[in-house]
Amino acid sequence: MIQELLGIPPQVLFGQLMLGLINGAFYAILSLGLALIFGMLNIINFTHGALYMMGAFTAYLLLLYAGIGYWPALILSPLIVGVFGMIIERLMLKPLYKLDHLYGLLLTFGLALILEGVFRERYGVSGIPYAVPAELQGAWNLGFMVLPIYRGWVVIASLVVCIATWLLIEKTKLGSYLRAATENPQLVQAFGINVPAMITLTYGLGVALAAFAGVLAAPIYSVNPLMGSNLIIIVFAVVVIGGMGSILGSVVTGFMLGLLEGLTKVFYPEASSTVIFVVMAIVLLLKPAGLFGRAA
Amino acid sequence: MKSMKLMAAAAICALAVSLGGAQAQQVSGDVVKIGVLNDQSGIYADLAGQGSFSAAQMAAEDFGGKVLGKPIQVITADHQNKPDVASNIANQWIDTENVDMITDVPTSSVALAIQEITKNKNRVHINSGAASSDLTGKACSPTGVHWTYDTYALANGTGATLVKEGGDSWYFITADYAFGHALERDTGEAVKKAGGKVVGAVRHPFPGTTDFSSFLLQAQGSGAKVVGIANAGLDTVNTIKQAGEFGIVAGGQRVAGLLVFLSDVHSLGLKIAQGLVITTGWYWDLNDDTRAFAKKWAAKNGGRMPTMVQAGVYSGTMHYLKAIDAAKTDEAKAVVAKMKEMPVNDFFAKNGKVREDGRMVHDMYLVQVKKPEESKAAYDYYKILQTIPAEQAFRPVKDGACPLVK
Repeated sequence: MIQELLGIPPQVLFGQLMLGLINGAFYAILSLGLALIFGMLNIINFTHGALYMMGAFTAYLLLLYAGIGYWPALILSPLIVGVFGMIIERLMLKPLYKLDHLYGLLLTFGLALILEGVFRERYGVSGIPYAVPAELQGAWNLGFMVLPIYRGWVVIASLVVCIATWLLIEKTKLGSYLRAATENPQLVQAFGINVPAMITLTYGLGVALAAFAGVLAAPIYSVNPLMGSNLIIIVFAVVVIGGMGSILGSVVTGFMLGLLEGLTKVFYPEASSTVIFVVMAIVLLLKPAGLFGRAA
Repeated sequence: MKSMKLMAAAAICALAVSLGGAQAQQVSGDVVKIGVLNDQSGIYADLAGQGSFSAAQMAAEDFGGKVLGKPIQVITADHQNKPDVASNIANQWIDTENVDMITDVPTSSVALAIQEITKNKNRVHINSGAASSDLTGKACSPTGVHWTYDTYALANGTGATLVKEGGDSWYFITADYAFGHALERDTGEAVKKAGGKVVGAVRHPFPGTTDFSSFLLQAQGSGAKVVGIANAGLDTVNTIKQAGEFGIVAGGQRVAGLLVFLSDVHSLGLKIAQGLVITTGWYWDLNDDTRAFAKKWAAKNGGRMPTMVQAGVYSGTMHYLKAIDAAKTDEAKAVVAKMKEMPVNDFFAKNGKVREDGRMVHDMYLVQVKKPEESKAAYDYYKILQTIPAEQAFRPVKDGACPLVK
């Protein structure tokens, strides 16, 4: 029945939906970081893709020079890149908060180009292999598709991290300080809370999420200086569709668009790289603040 | 009668021009300028990129730095795999910088644009990096030479061989642009000619696709015995890697990388790449001559070994300079005519020949990627299965529909 309706076997359809979910996991975790940074700092963080790439490279370099494997790297790499992000925030972004969004965008965009250029110069563009950890090698046969165990892990890990971040922002005391600090920094400062430190911490957290996604991606795609620039445009579209600064929106939209892209790859593969932008255009026309955004 | 006189006058003029040219040894702009136009930052930067620039420079140096008493200058630019960017650069090079010859030019869509520009503006185009066999087919040019390989040769080598080994049904994963289409078409034809059939194809966006799992799943569902991968560079690396992940090979299907470069194998690692059957125009470890070139090139390129594209840039540039020397001019049509007269004999090709459609025909090699334990040193990746003789390797002149061929 389904086969007659859609012209494709249901196994293929389920397989594609599963893959969409996996890609959606990457979109979700990256757009979450972007939304967090935009929501708290009002910075459109174009370095996000480059920092995702750095996350993957840090994992690779940890293995190469220190023999540190995948599991510790999953924690260490976000920490290292997160600290790197905080240094950027302190040295370069801080003076820009009072200026127009455009300045932050330009600075982070330039920074992304520099970071990518440095890694490209040193490591070329063909990519460096990074092995799937021994525990997650192999594949499950789900009947309708062969699911590599590692890809299943990616979905679970992303979901856990996304939910944890959401809980941190919405349900904890630290999160409430953060949200208050973005609403009215002067007032919060007056209560004796160190607002600049909170902002630095937020940026570090957003960056760490990108690096975490980078480590997750390393065994799937080669570790590659261009891996971020391929993804970042899509992730921006996800954030715009979800509503700038909406944390829940970015996560839900990330998964949704991953699924949509998966379906497009079955029915009209040539359009799979553009379908997200079509959706973005439609959403901007009908609901300019994004699906989950509050109208300004 | 009148027309006879006119003809005679024209003939005398032509003679005078050619004699005059021979005496004056014309070099336009008092410099022979060679532009290496390729991808230096994107997915083809490792297989061509700065390495090709380096190869062209080496050719100019080895030639002695001068031709017909005038200096040889080599410049380069990044075309970003975009035909519009490349066209702007090429026009500027020709119009304001007096570039005489453009070489390398990977990415078929870009190469076809450059072929058109160089044809209209009468400059030489020696293509090493691009694959589309249309460059010597319907898009052939009196000033265009295609040096290293093409989609027909790849298809013929890998496609026909795998059908003979029992892989008689094919499904293609194809990059959605000129190159992918040409490779899919040529391989499909080779497969059918050998008695196989094509059961389907899926086309992925280029550039910008990193996740191929969805396309691999469709290939898996097709039940074809061979999954032909009609893309290149980083795309091929990712497709082959992910094919391993989704159990394509474990499920009994064979993965055929239709265009795989040495740099791709290096990036994949032998553990994943082992067993791949590849058609290549050149390999660094064929004989003493190839090894000598590779060693010299490696010293300038951080110890990497050259790909066939980079070696082809050297060989094509060298042949071009020799042709200028013999033709006593750097006028494009005269030089290319001379290139077609002279055989190519160097570390790249033995008794290679530039045909009237611009195709440089030379032996191709069918190779298999070694197992990790068979490889004795870095870049010791291929074992030669078969040498495909020049006359069988490339498409016969008459089948190409090149308008230059009468």
